[in-house]
Amino acid sequence: MLNVRTIDDATVGQRVYQLNLGPQHPSTHGVMHLLVTLDGEVVVKVEPVIGYSHRGHEKMAENRIYEQFLPNPARMDYLSGMIFNHGYCMAVEKLCGIEVPRRAEYIRVITSELNRISSHFIGAMDFAMGLGAITPFLYGWDDREHILDLLEGITGSRLTYSYGRFGGVRNDITKEFYDGTRRFIDRLRGRFWDYENLINQNIIFIKRSKGVGVITKEVALEYGVTGPTLRGSGVSYDVRKQEPYSAYPEFTFAIPTREEGDCLARYQVRMAEMEQSLNIIEQALDHLPPGPVRAKVPRFVTPPEGDCYCAFESARGAVGFYIVSDGSRVPYRIKVRAPSFSNLFVLTEICPGHFLADVIAIFGSIDVTVPEIDR
Amino acid sequence: MAGLVGLLILAAIVPLNVAFLVLVERKVAGHIQLRPGPMEVGPHGILQTLIDAVKLLGKEMVTPQSTDKLLFFLAPIIIVVPAFVGFVPIPFSPMMQIREVNVGILLIFAFSSISVISILMAGWASNNKYSLIGAIRSVAQNVAYEIPLLLATMSVIIMTNTFKMGEIVQAQSPVWFIFYQPIAAIIFFIATTAETNRAPFDLVEAESELVSGFHTEYTGMRFSLFFLAEYTNMVIAAAMFTVLFLGGWHGPVFPGMIWFLIKTYFLIFVVMWARWTYPRIRFDQLMNFAWKVLIPIALVNLLITAIVLKVI
Repeated sequence: MLNVRTIDDATVGQRVYQLNLGPQHPSTHGVMHLLVTLDGEVVVKVEPVIGYSHRGHEKMAENRIYEQFLPNPARMDYLSGMIFNHGYCMAVEKLCGIEVPRRAEYIRVITSELNRISSHFIGAMDFAMGLGAITPFLYGWDDREHILDLLEGITGSRLTYSYGRFGGVRNDITKEFYDGTRRFIDRLRGRFWDYENLINQNIIFIKRSKGVGVITKEVALEYGVTGPTLRGSGVSYDVRKQEPYSAYPEFTFAIPTREEGDCLARYQVRMAEMEQSLNIIEQALDHLPPGPVRAKVPRFVTPPEGDCYCAFESARGAVGFYIVSDGSRVPYRIKVRAPSFSNLFVLTEICPGHFLADVIAIFGSIDVTVPEIDR
Repeated sequence: MAGLVGLLILAAIVPLNVAFLVLVERKVAGHIQLRPGPMEVGPHGILQTLIDAVKLLGKEMVTPQSTDKLLFFLAPIIIVVPAFVGFVPIPFSPMMQIREVNVGILLIFAFSSISVISILMAGWASNNKYSLIGAIRSVAQNVAYEIPLLLATMSVIIMTNTFKMGEIVQAQSPVWFIFYQPIAAIIFFIATTAETNRAPFDLVEAESELVSGFHTEYTGMRFSLFFLAEYTNMVIAAAMFTVLFLGGWHGPVFPGMIWFLIKTYFLIFVVMWARWTYPRIRFDQLMNFAWKVLIPIALVNLLITAIVLKVI
């Protein structure tokens, strides 16, 4: 960390200058815009500018029935669409008091965890790409491709799945999916060694990420940071453990945490979480209960008047769906608590004093998706 | 007359060689990254770069409004010239050398320094902050890495007492200098990688930070001239390493020319391999590495060489 004199706006244009990182920039994925104030190459200030990808999902919800909103959550966080879809279904089920069959819960957990792995691949490997290592990214995509193929087999789409339905899932899993997932687990366990060799033991990678962008426990909690970013700062908080939902209480899995709070710690947490996700999937496949995959629910749900808050853990952190119902078939209001939003703004706190290249590293290690910030 | 013919051959070979290298780079990158690389144009995509060159020729050369027009126009032309000149004193085989220059090695160093000026011109004239940052990085990096580069070269010069590249190669006929000077060889390799702006020292055009650095605003043929210079500089750097440390044309069975090319292209392959394996180092780490690690080691190495050869 360098010592940087704080400056006021009057000196902008003299010694310091502003650089627009984005909205079109190779490493601010999507349309993220960071307004960076630089003194030479040292960052003085970072301001995230949001809203480029605002599509009004929350407003859309007020104009369509609950079923019609099903495809939307997956489009908020397009990288963990399955988890968002799962979460939205849970929220509506909680509101209506629908009981979900156990087999459906297991299938939801399996698909959600597969989706989490694929999302973590993007997060971790994109971070490596931000540091200039392009090859790990393609290794990650190769593994991710298998997940997409598996999920395509049962849901029909590769990215924005609308697999969950109120009271279960759309269809049962196939034998190909079952066997393919088993094969994938074996394959990925063998591949972690590759990543260990290619990235974790790479001296340049460690030099670039160790001690860079340290988020202390206090700052993380103050900004409402959740997910791997929080766990990288030494707080063992995971909605799957702290407020268990779906079938998660029935599985044994650990919550990987690191104390350092730097970019390397966040990366390590993601890689460790992938292994835990594999454990969960394996347990779920071992004890997959028989039975129906969808409860008997009316074609169109009509929740009673009231509200409910449903929290779940996406690949980026704790997501909350707050639904207010006025007793009609159309929600009165849906408010989404998006983890990327809170995680992003911690940049303003930790970036000053780092180099421009570190901003890219920190931004990559926090792993945000833009449509989720803007909704 | 022979020199003129040599220059004409050079003018034909250099761009073709670059087209070949770009294809090799893409193929190497592809196979390292578990994908086949370009496959569409011609068998296994071997015509891909030619088609790309044709495409770039056909593109409009956009000059943004607020640029410094003259410098913007001159920069890509200036960067190509030293890249061509660098080939003049390189001995491909005992008979194949365009001109044996008395100070052959210094000539290459002198001309390769000019490319820094061109990069600075391009970065300044573009009136783009990314370009400017890239250009400034380039100057700092080149100044820092030229010192260990020259010091490593001097260790060899002390052994041969000549700047003529042909004579340096002849001096290595039983044992290559890489066995006498392994430390100088490693320093030379690292420093040339940095000098030619290749990963992991490609901060000048670090695409994840600076979009594409100093040539962000360049399009069409101007852009491809920068590309041409980058790859040609890489060939010159590899050829110099071959001359200084790998015994140039020396080798059994095959004629000298073949050995020279095998060694040169193997080095280029190593550079590509490194590029697709390593992340990019940060600017302060780059400078620290040059000033605190490479230069002291190179100085000590030079001192030991001098003492062993001249005093004892």
